[in-house]
Amino acid sequence: MTLIDLANPTRFLALSARVLPWLAAATVILLTIGLYQSASAPDDYQQGATVKIMFIHVPNAWLSMFVWGVMSVASLGTLVWRHPLADVAAKAAAPIGAAFTFLALLTGSLWGRPMWGTYWEWDARLTSVLILFLMYLGLMALWRAVEDPSRAARAAAVLTLVGAINLPIIKFSVDWWNTLHQPASVMRMGGSTLDKSFLIPLLVMAVAFTLLFVTLHLAAMRNEILRRRVRSLQMMQASRVAFSSEVGTGSREENASKGAA
Amino acid sequence: MSLGPYASFIVTSYAAAAIVVAILIGWVVFDYRNQTQRLRELGRSGVTRRSGRSAVDTPRTMT
Repeated sequence: MTLIDLANPTRFLALSARVLPWLAAATVILLTIGLYQSASAPDDYQQGATVKIMFIHVPNAWLSMFVWGVMSVASLGTLVWRHPLADVAAKAAAPIGAAFTFLALLTGSLWGRPMWGTYWEWDARLTSVLILFLMYLGLMALWRAVEDPSRAARAAAVLTLVGAINLPIIKFSVDWWNTLHQPASVMRMGGSTLDKSFLIPLLVMAVAFTLLFVTLHLAAMRNEILRRRVRSLQMMQASRVAFSSEVGTGSREENASKGAA
Repeated sequence: MSLGPYASFIVTSYAAAAIVVAILIGWVVFDYRNQTQRLRELGRSGVTRRSGRSAVDTPRTMT
């Protein structure tokens, strides 16, 4: 099966129905392992037990950017190749990305209060992630505001690609500006600075949350395809009703004119 | 396992993540049931796709 075959929504529905149970099972297994490893990880010499918040904060923060990246690729598919599933993928990813970004902000705040002494600081990293969250909400509002999905898709694709400028700003904000947020400690030149006892649970949780995203995204894409089928069938039904009422009115007028003659 | 003096922050973080993930799963499952039910109702009222195939077109149900 090629990628072009997958562009057919019916084939996509059939294939995703086969893949989803396996993905869901893999997600549950990895999340269980990740949570166990997080619980049994040692305390950090500076952060103490609050280091455990990092095992959910960091994967959510990565995914907040990764999901926007997925939406940007899908938006290119909408604008350049007019791929049939591209705008379905972009629309389905937005609420999931918003949820991950919300969790990144919330867990970051809950870690910040005991460690920094404050829930919130208007520094470059925190503010740029807040902007990302607001852009997710704006994108979801745009999808809801425009009734025709194909028109909404083009507008949303442009907004998504413009919003992608925020991704390098978020990533490099800790290097470009003097921020309270610590610099990158996992994905950096020269390797990770984390000890294995923290790095392994973190990576397991990151893979588990990524699998969770893939599972939810595929399921949400299926729902979006079905929603569009409902819409097109409802339009077909409405046009049939309008046509039959027109025919009914026409034959009544014809009978009336015959009677008058 | 001792969570130290900041246990409430740690527990709140994990609880919030669990609630948000549960909401996402619930939303996906509820939306799927809602769409398939609407498609079945349309099918019962005689509105079908031009191909004549079922609008759901899935070999198995998701739930």
